[in-house]
Parts: sequence; C-alpha cells; structure tokens
Amino acid sequence: MSPVMSIRDLTVSFGGLNALSDLNFHVDEGEIVSVIGPNGAGKTTFFNLITGLVEPNSGDILFEGESILGLDPYQVTEIGIARTFQNVRLFPNMTVLENVMVAQHCRTHQHAFGALLQTKAFRKEEREIRERAEEVLSFFGTRLIGYRLDQPAFVLSYANRRRLEIARAMATQPRLLLLDEPVAGMNPKESVELTNLIGRLRSEWGFTIVMIEHDMGVVRDVSDRVVVLDHGVTIAQGSYEEVSNDPQVIEAYLGRPAQDAS
Amino acid sequence: MNELAPPRQILDQDWRRVLQFGGLCALALVFIALIGMPVQLDTRILIRRHLSLGYLSLIWIPIIMGYLVSKELVLEGIISAKKGPRDLLTGALTGMIGGAGLSLLAVLINNYNLRDPLLNWSPQTLEQLNFGNGIGFGIGIWLLIGAALGIFGSALHVLPALTAKAVGTALLAVILVSILETAITDLLQGFRLTFVTDSLYAKRGGLSVVSTIVLIVFVMLVTVLAAGQGEALREKYDALDEPKRKSTNLTLSFTGVIILLLLPLFLGKIMNELLANVGLFVLLALGLNIVVGLAGILDLGYVAFFAVGGYTTAVLTSPNSPWISPELHFGIVILIVIVAAAIVGLAVGAPVIRMRGDYLAIVTLGFGEIIRLLFLSDWLAPYFGGAQGITNIPPVDLGFAEVKGSDPRSVFYLVIFFCAVAIYVSWRLQGSRLGRAWMAIREDEKVAEAMGINTVNAKLMAFVVGAILASFSGAVFAAKVGSIFPSSFLILVSIIILVVVIVGGMGNITGVIVGAVVLIGVLGGPKQPGLLQELGTFKLLIYGALLIFMMLKRPEGLVPNARRSHELHQEEFLQDAWLKGIVDDDDEEEVTA
Ligand SMILES: Nc1ncnc2c1ncn2[C@@H]1O[C@H](COP(=O)(O)OP(=O)(O)OP(=O)(O)O)[C@@H](O)[C@H]1O
Ligand SMILES: [Mg+2]
Repeated sequence: MSPVMSIRDLTVSFGGLNALSDLNFHVDEGEIVSVIGPNGAGKTTFFNLITGLVEPNSGDILFEGESILGLDPYQVTEIGIARTFQNVRLFPNMTVLENVMVAQHCRTHQHAFGALLQTKAFRKEEREIRERAEEVLSFFGTRLIGYRLDQPAFVLSYANRRRLEIARAMATQPRLLLLDEPVAGMNPKESVELTNLIGRLRSEWGFTIVMIEHDMGVVRDVSDRVVVLDHGVTIAQGSYEEVSNDPQVIEAYLGRPAQDAS
Repeated sequence: MNELAPPRQILDQDWRRVLQFGGLCALALVFIALIGMPVQLDTRILIRRHLSLGYLSLIWIPIIMGYLVSKELVLEGIISAKKGPRDLLTGALTGMIGGAGLSLLAVLINNYNLRDPLLNWSPQTLEQLNFGNGIGFGIGIWLLIGAALGIFGSALHVLPALTAKAVGTALLAVILVSILETAITDLLQGFRLTFVTDSLYAKRGGLSVVSTIVLIVFVMLVTVLAAGQGEALREKYDALDEPKRKSTNLTLSFTGVIILLLLPLFLGKIMNELLANVGLFVLLALGLNIVVGLAGILDLGYVAFFAVGGYTTAVLTSPNSPWISPELHFGIVILIVIVAAAIVGLAVGAPVIRMRGDYLAIVTLGFGEIIRLLFLSDWLAPYFGGAQGITNIPPVDLGFAEVKGSDPRSVFYLVIFFCAVAIYVSWRLQGSRLGRAWMAIREDEKVAEAMGINTVNAKLMAFVVGAILASFSGAVFAAKVGSIFPSSFLILVSIIILVVVIVGGMGNITGVIVGAVVLIGVLGGPKQPGLLQELGTFKLLIYGALLIFMMLKRPEGLVPNARRSHELHQEEFLQDAWLKGIVDDDDEEEVTA
C-alpha cells in the first residue's frame, strides 16, 4: 500500500533554532499516527509545514505521490489535508453553523452571479452546504446542534470549541486529518468520549489521521503507530508499547511521568 | 427598582469631580469661542431674537456637562442616593465654572491682543460674548447662564422620569424643528400647507417665540400621553410569530419605499438637490460597506473608483471630451463603466490586496491620490482635460424623461434606482458562499486561508464589487453636475464616506443608509451643503468630533450589525447569555457529574 503522505529529510530552522531536522515520516491509508514529544519539540511546526504556513529549508513533502511544497495553505486544504489548531482558532463571531458552512468553500463552486440571480444551482448548493454542515455537526451528538447552531462560536465552552474545530476540519472533506492536541483542556470523561469519536472518524468517515497529543491514555487507545520527536529529531517510532518502553523516550520526558507531560 | 438612600447633604459634594467637569466645560466653551463658531454661525437664527445657531454652539455644553456630572454609575449592590438639591448645586457649579471660562476669555480679549495666532481673538467675538452690552455685563451674564444651564442639565436627573423625558424631548424638538426649517418649509409648501409654516416660523427665519412655546407644550403633552405606547408596540411586535413578523416587516418597508418614492414630488428644488446628493453618498457608502464592513479591507482610496465612474461617463458622453467623444447613450456607458471600474479595481487591488491592515490602508490612500493626480496631470490632459476637466456632459435620456442637474428630482430617481441595485447586491452577496468567505477573512485571515478559502480572490472580489458600486455613483454624479474636474475627487471624499460607514454601522445595510442620510443630509458632503449649510468648514470639525465620540461610546455605530456588536461587546454578551441561561457550561456539568 502506498503511503498517503510521506515526508523526506524535512528540515526547518528559525534563526539559529533547528525546529525540525531531517525528519522522515509517512502515514498509510486509514492509519492513525500519533506524534508526541515534550513541549517545544517541533510538533506544531511539523503541522505548519504540511499545511503550507511555514516553508521548510530543505526536504520534501509528498501527498499521494506528489510534492505539495510551495502550495498556498488554501491549496493544501483543496487537495485534501485539513487541520485543527492547538490554540483553538475558530471564527468567534460567526455562528456554529456558519463556521462549518464556510469550511466547505473549497468544495463548492457558486460565484457572485449565482447569488445575485438566485439561480436554481445556487439555491441547491446552499441547501446542500447547510445539510452537510448539520450532518457534520451531528457527529458530536446533540452538543453542537439545535439552538447551538445559531450561537456565535465564542459562546461555546472550551471543549465544544475543540469539537467545532474538528467539525470545521471535517467539513473541508479531507483525506488526511491533522489534529493538534484535540483533547487538551478536556476533562477525563470528555477525553474518553472524543477518543471514541476519533476512532469513528476513521471507521465511518474514512479519514487518515495524524494527531499530536500529550495525553498518553488517548495515544494508547487510538494510535496504530507513535512517533516521538524531541528537539526536532525523531527519537523513536513504533507501536505504543515499543515507544513507551524506549529508554531514549523516557529520558526525553526527563523522569516526568508520561501521563501529565503537558 | 432599587431602594434609594435619602438625598445627600447639599454640601456633600465630590469637589474633584465638579472641578474636573467644570474645567472640561470651560475648555470646551473657550475652544468653540476661539475657533469662531459663535460669530460665524450667528447669522442662522433658530428662535427669532432669542437664539442663533452661534449661541447654540455654546450653550449645549454646560447642559450636557451638568447632566453628566450629576449622573452616577449604577453598580450592582451599591445603594445610590436619591437625587436632590445637592445635585442641582453640582450642576450649577459645573456650569458656572464653564461660564467663568468664557468670562475670563472676554476679559482677556478686552485687555490683550492675541489676534496674531488666534484669528478669532477679535472685537466681534467679544461683542458676541457681551451680548453687545459691555464687558461687565458679559462677565456676569456668563456666570449666570453657565449656572442656569448646569442646573437644567442636572435637573434632568432630579425631575421625575416622565417629566424629564418630556422636557428633554421638547428641547430636542425645538432644536430639530428650527434646524430643519428649510426642509420643513419646503415639504409643507409641497403639501400646500404654507399657513403652518407661516405661523411656525418668523418672516426672516427662525421660530417665533409664540410658536416655540406652543411647540414645547405640544411636544410635552404628546410625550406624556404617548408614554409607554412605544414599548407596548415593540412588545406586540416581539410577540408576533415568525411569518406574521415577516409580513409586518414587508408591509412596513413597502410603505417606506412608497413614501420615499412619492416624497420628491412634494419637495422643492433645494430639498430635491439635497436628496440627490444624499443618494449619491448612500450609494458610495453601500459600496464601501462591502469592502470595509463585509470583507474587512480598510480602503482609504475609495474615491478613486468614484472618479473612474465619473471620468468614463464624461469621456464617453460629452461632445467636449478632448480625446475621443463617441457621445454614447448612458445605458451603454453604464456597461462600459462597470468594465472600467472592474479593471481599475483589479489593477489597484492586485498589488495591494496581499498586505494586511494598516499597510493596506496607507497604500490605498496613496493610490486614491495617484488616480486623482493622474487625471490632473499635464501628461494625461490630452485625454482627460487636466485641471480644466471635461465639461458639457449631456443629460441622461431615458426616453420618457431626462435626468439632468437642473432637475434634481430626476437625478434622485436615478440614484434611487442604483441604490436599490446596491442594496440588492449587498444583501444577496452577504448570504452567499462569497459573503461567508468575507466574514471568515474579517475574523481571521490566516485561518480562513487554512480552511481552504482563496483569500486573495475573495478580497479582490470585494474590491471589485465595491469599485463598481462607487463607479455608478460617479457616473450619475457626472451626468448630474454636467462637468467633471479632478477637484471633485479629493481624498476627503474617501474619508467622509468612511466616517459615514463607521458612524452608521459597519456591515449593516440599514446602518450605512441611516449614517449617510443623517450625516450627509444634515452636515453635508465634502462640497455639497447639507441642511446646516451655515456650518461651512466647521463641518469637518464636527465629522471628526462625531467619529471620536462614536468610537469611544458606540463603536458599533448607530444601527449596529449584530455580529459586530458581539465582537465589540463579547463580555456583555456573555454575561447576558449567562443570565438567560443559554451559555455553554457543559464542562462544569461533567466535572461534577
Ligand atoms: N514561527 C516561528 N518563529 C520562530 N520560532 C518558532 C516559530 N514556530 C515555532 N518556533 C519554535 O520552534 C520550536 C518548536 O515549536 P512547536 O510549536 O512546534 O512545539 P510543539 O512541539 O508544538 O510544542 P507544544 O507541545 O508546546 O505545543 C519552539 O522552540 C518554538 O519556539
Ligand atoms: Mg504545539
């Protein structure tokens, strides 16, 4: 099976700081891969590189066999990579529904003329956008639908904002989903619930998932494979059991119990 | 209603506050006197023999200050004292300090000569402050006037609520009716009700004393009798269910449109001219609203597109056009104008649209000027006539009627047509895929791009739509004025439209229209007189002051866009939501669960 995404010798530095050096990475169709590592290890930078927000110094990123280096962020989304942000970045004054509707931008086509003439095609597409948005939102049970649909996003609780971020990423209809610390700030019960949902994202929606996570419980429960970064270098790679017993990994976390590494 | 503590002792004053507000009052009064407002506006009579616009420019200050100084912040859990004589004294003192400022100014003008830097350090100003009765009278009278006005202002808190409301409304009515004299006279004339005008206003302008009193009594009576009716209506409206509310809205707006369309028939030339000018600015404001309000692009060179519309029309219709003069029909010209505006919009937009915020604002400011200077330049004079401009632009021939400057009513109808187009375009785009993309860009451009929106394209689109609407305004402007010069397209036009959009309510179609009607209608455009044409150059001062005031007190504008007021008042909104119990507290529930 050819990998959905593979990364070769990716290096980036900010000033003198090597945020990532010679990173090699791949993710196969239908896999869930977790990226872990101490704070400042370069995990978010890794996502920023993939989504075109940061330019690498050298190396290459292949998505379905083609290089995506140099694409603008919106083009990266267009070819099927969606992400969430570690520090939740919703459109706070747009409603829950609008947040998800706007994310379908690159999958829809109607232009100004359709809107001005209110063509059939335009109205059909609007209806579909709305239906798809509601479908995506109902993935989270009743938490984001009903009266919530028309509330501005800033009213939401922290956990619901994280859910909405995931919903927004889902709405772009990606093949590869990048989740940056999806359960950060959630209580244990909510973490478990979201862990299950991440599993369903693969089984029901068919996404391939790369996830950055500090919560080892979550990592253990969902990942097929774990990649450990430290100071921009891959120090271990393998199943959860292999990685969690790796002496280098234990050292990287410097005696901190892995469970609350955040 | 909160329980109130008994009134405080009369001398139990917050002296610092009194000094502060008094000082502010004095400063404001002296400032206004020194910029020459009272003298220059003295010719406009509001109440015959008793009040001119000049004096009004002074006396409103102590009233407001008296009102503000005795107003108290009502905080949860703090029992405020009942208002009483103590507060009247607060107001009186504040006003008196203000009056003292003017007295001091009078004395200084009397004894020293600072005419050199301060142009209005003049005998005329002194005369005005003295009421022509000598310096001694002047000093005394301003202390008295200040105190009296201060008391009046603070009394609004002391009087029972309904009385205060009646007095306030009556005062406003008097000011409005006297300020709107031209408009009202004109309107009543149209309805053949000249006898009302004759009894309302004195022969040489201004309300007569008798009619002032009648007006005050009448308005107070109406306020008292109609008390609560407004809220009752509102409640009734809120109680309507969705389809009924929609049909009510429809009926209301339909009536509004009919009135608007019939209105010009009853108005004279001057008022129709005013309406036409207001319409041109409504059109501009609607266009800029798409750029600034919806897409969040701060374009300070918007006038450029107004100019493109104007010049394209001039070149294509005028027989005097120095370059080509095909003398096309306006209907064809408008199509070409759309294309020209779109091209210029893309040409100006493409290089600047990638910039963010402040940089973009400054660059567009530059582009706006560049376009004007190009039209002015000798280099392009063979094409656009340089400073001489292009004259002799023919009227618009609609077949059944002609639209020309000498018949402002026809211009108004043409403008209204384009405004309707602009409103439709704004409304439809707002609720479309493109409109949502603009919203997202306004919220967070980086994230919008990461969510798959081609931000450059979306923003260019806003730029172009805005440009086209502005060019419509330019085209009508050219046909209305009949000639076109680079000096019609000063940077000031951009600024004023922006102020209109901000004050009216950015991102809200109604708000922008209200802003344009109120500001352009009353104060006037950069070169177009409003109802208060005596204001002359003070107009700009007032625009500036108004902008600052709105930014401080009501940044969301007169008629705010719901989203924008959330944005500016997130805290309050959240608190409200808490009280209504709709806030999202899932997390806490589950922690306790
Ligand atoms: N745009 C940037 N400019 C300069 N330095 C940056 C930039 N982005 C990241 N860095 C630096 O790169 C390093 C890696 O940052 P990154 O955000 O990828 O860490 P992380 O692994 O996501 O950490 P955390 O667990 O705290 O989220 C840090 O030292 C950070 O300060
Ligand atoms: Mg991170």
